[in-house]
Amino acid sequence: MDITLTTLQAVAVEEREETVTRVSKGLVVEKLGAYYGNFLAVADVDMTIRPNKVTAIIGPSGCGKSTFIRCLNRLHEVVRDARVVGKVMLDDEDLYDPRMDPVAVRRSIGMVFQRPNPFPTMSIYDNVASGLRLNGVRNRGLIAEKVELSLRQAALWDEVKDKLKKPALALSGGQQQRLCIARTIAVDPSVVLMDEPCSALDPISTLKIEDLIAELKQELTIVIVTHNMQQAARVSDYTAFFLGNEKVGAGELIEYGPTRAIFTNPADPRTENYITGRFG
Amino acid sequence: MASSAFNTGGSLPRRQFINRVMGALLCLSAAVALTPLLLVIGFILANGISGINLDLLTKLPKPVGELGGGMGNAFLGTAILIALASLFGVPIGVLAGIYLSEFGNTGFARILRFLTDVLTGVPSIIIGIVAYTLVVVPTHSFSAVAGGVALAIIMIPVVTRTTEEALRRVPNALREASLGLGVHEWKTMMYIVLPAGLGGIVTGVMLAIARISGETAPLLFTAFGSRFWQDGLGNPIAAVPLQVYKYALAPYKDWHDQAWAAAFILMMLILILNVGVRVVTRSGFQKIR
Amino acid sequence: MASAAPAASKRAFQARALFGAANLPDIIFRTIVFLFGALTLLVLIAIIVASMVKESSQSIGVFGLSFLHTTVWDPVKEQFGALTFMYGTIVTSILGLLIATPISLGVAIFAVELAPPWLGNSISIVVELLAAIPSVLLGLWGIFVMVPFLQRVVEPAFIERFPDLPLFEGPPYGVGLLAGGLILAIMVIPTIVAISRDVMVTVPVAQREAMLALGATNWESTTWAVLPYARSGLLGAIVLGLGRALGETMAVTMVIGNQPQISASLFHPAYTMASVIANEFTEATFDLYLSALTEVGLLLFGVTIIMNMLARLLVWSTARASQQLGGA
Repeated sequence: MDITLTTLQAVAVEEREETVTRVSKGLVVEKLGAYYGNFLAVADVDMTIRPNKVTAIIGPSGCGKSTFIRCLNRLHEVVRDARVVGKVMLDDEDLYDPRMDPVAVRRSIGMVFQRPNPFPTMSIYDNVASGLRLNGVRNRGLIAEKVELSLRQAALWDEVKDKLKKPALALSGGQQQRLCIARTIAVDPSVVLMDEPCSALDPISTLKIEDLIAELKQELTIVIVTHNMQQAARVSDYTAFFLGNEKVGAGELIEYGPTRAIFTNPADPRTENYITGRFG
Repeated sequence: MASSAFNTGGSLPRRQFINRVMGALLCLSAAVALTPLLLVIGFILANGISGINLDLLTKLPKPVGELGGGMGNAFLGTAILIALASLFGVPIGVLAGIYLSEFGNTGFARILRFLTDVLTGVPSIIIGIVAYTLVVVPTHSFSAVAGGVALAIIMIPVVTRTTEEALRRVPNALREASLGLGVHEWKTMMYIVLPAGLGGIVTGVMLAIARISGETAPLLFTAFGSRFWQDGLGNPIAAVPLQVYKYALAPYKDWHDQAWAAAFILMMLILILNVGVRVVTRSGFQKIR
Repeated sequence: MASAAPAASKRAFQARALFGAANLPDIIFRTIVFLFGALTLLVLIAIIVASMVKESSQSIGVFGLSFLHTTVWDPVKEQFGALTFMYGTIVTSILGLLIATPISLGVAIFAVELAPPWLGNSISIVVELLAAIPSVLLGLWGIFVMVPFLQRVVEPAFIERFPDLPLFEGPPYGVGLLAGGLILAIMVIPTIVAISRDVMVTVPVAQREAMLALGATNWESTTWAVLPYARSGLLGAIVLGLGRALGETMAVTMVIGNQPQISASLFHPAYTMASVIANEFTEATFDLYLSALTEVGLLLFGVTIIMNMLARLLVWSTARASQQLGGA
């Protein structure tokens, strides 16, 4: 345990230096802890998320993986009594700097949720345009252009181009989730967080979303929480394994590294147990 | 701040400003909504507390023009009316609630549930007319019974829906366990389900009593009011809200003071019932939310 | 208060299948529950409707539709038309609603979306206590506190400032349409707050978070996501408030002035449907008079029933939408 952590920290430090010298838009997480009231849900996470890569967060239910990524765009704190300690750096700016506006953070770091959550009173078009309008874009031509581009990137354009004015709820579940992805990328975030985006979808829709993720990483950094290890192995470049501490319950980062390494040669026996399914 | 990584556009400070202004306005609207409540309670406290004495609770009203006296008969009358209304209303309400909770997935039950909700919204003065037609016309007399019937009709939908809600919160596992042991349905109901939901039912009844104890409109032409101690249930009967109404509209200072004092007692009774019920059931409600 | 917690109570429904074939005691049990509970309640509702219609039939037969559009209310000549009272009821209710709606929605939004939980909950509880205060006590306060204040301060100020506006034409009586509207506003605020609060609570958290994750402020997530989502339920809350206002009797009767006249000025005394029933029912000395009063009641009954049904359908439609979308 001790050995693993120290190694990890060493790796993290090394990685961070690397990130800073390179371009940008990766995330550096330092000593991150997340609370619900007095309950510590995630403890002491250090992690460097690389730009233009897909990072998967895996672990058993209740290990704090969803809570963790909700800290990355400051969405955790909107839950009653929830708070965060530690640092999350995007470029050189700390998201949790007191002067930082959480609204600006969420604008730059988008999120796709577990269940598709299109706005039911809006049309397909308006759903995608909502983020742009929210952020003060008034130019209709620009909005139209951006909506089409986002829908194309989300591989939804061909299916909806003739019914853009139809209500979003008229779409199937998988289409709705791709619509939510289009809505998220329409505002040009530098990072997209995905919280088990396929858990409510059928296998074919899941496959489409996975293909989409591979496309999107050309332009974006993606962090995806998944309970499905095959999915993590298929889509991600890096994988982080979280596990709830047996004594206090708080989720901890057990192991983090290139996906291939995690799945073929995990350093920690607990990771191996989880990956081989020997463990609840 | 938002120079490098955060491409926010220039409008964010303005949007945050709007956010704050709207937050302040909404907070203000909460204050505006609370003000009348505090004013009403405050004035009733201030004007009513000095008029409270033993005479108010025990003496009969004096004839017009004479000072003093009280409205003991009205307090007794309100108690009698509440008792009568509960006697008529609680059994029907609870049984209907049991029906909706335990056999409530039929089309008939859905319609009944909807109508019950709608009945809650029927103006109480209309209930007065109905009770007048049902009781006063056939018996040729305003009476305690007529007032009790009117209040019972107001009570029934409240009791029905709270009973239904209370019984639905009783876990099905309890019913299954009991029925699985071969216990009869009615015994399961009497000894398992009803006791488990009793707290919620009592809460509903208390809230219904709080509601009817201040009702005035349905009593105007059923209970009618009286200046004497009650003489049987077939005669007109006094009630505190009726007396408050009558005294408030009369031109006598002494009556106004008595109206405030009676209002004070009535308000305390109702607030204590409401707050009490909330405090007792608070944990239960919060778990559900 | 209407217990609009539809999501909380879905579970118990499955129990029915367990109550299988019954034996004699259970048949008796079911019969009692059905006869003395469900059927009695249904019969009661039917009796209410039937007795209102029956008692009004004489007046309906004599006056027909003219009852709705004539203003003469003269027991001596046995002429009855309800227009004056309808006018008073509608004007006071609309006025009350115009005042109450923005405040109530503001309170509900503040309590659900913006305030810290302890404050939001406290506000909801206190506002709901306002609903428990009996009408007659508000009327008492209205007569002795609000009406003198209107008469001495508010109305003279308006009359002076807008001397040519018929809406604020003097003299300041204190009692009148304005007083009625204000007291109704106070009375329906708790209703609208409670229902719209319940409706907004059922809006899925994911809807708010979707907006926030696009970079919305709290206010924007409320206006862009929560309010559109809840709009039919919120409309239902307002309609329910309207239903309450239309049928409210005592407090209005005490401050409206009780003069059967139609006047453009909010400061003039007026009369409402509920008030005329309250004041004249025991004085109605002959059948046609009583029947006419009951017909006023029947109109009120019909309108409030429709309002209530409409409101509940609206609120229900929002709740159902939430369940379909994965709920609160």
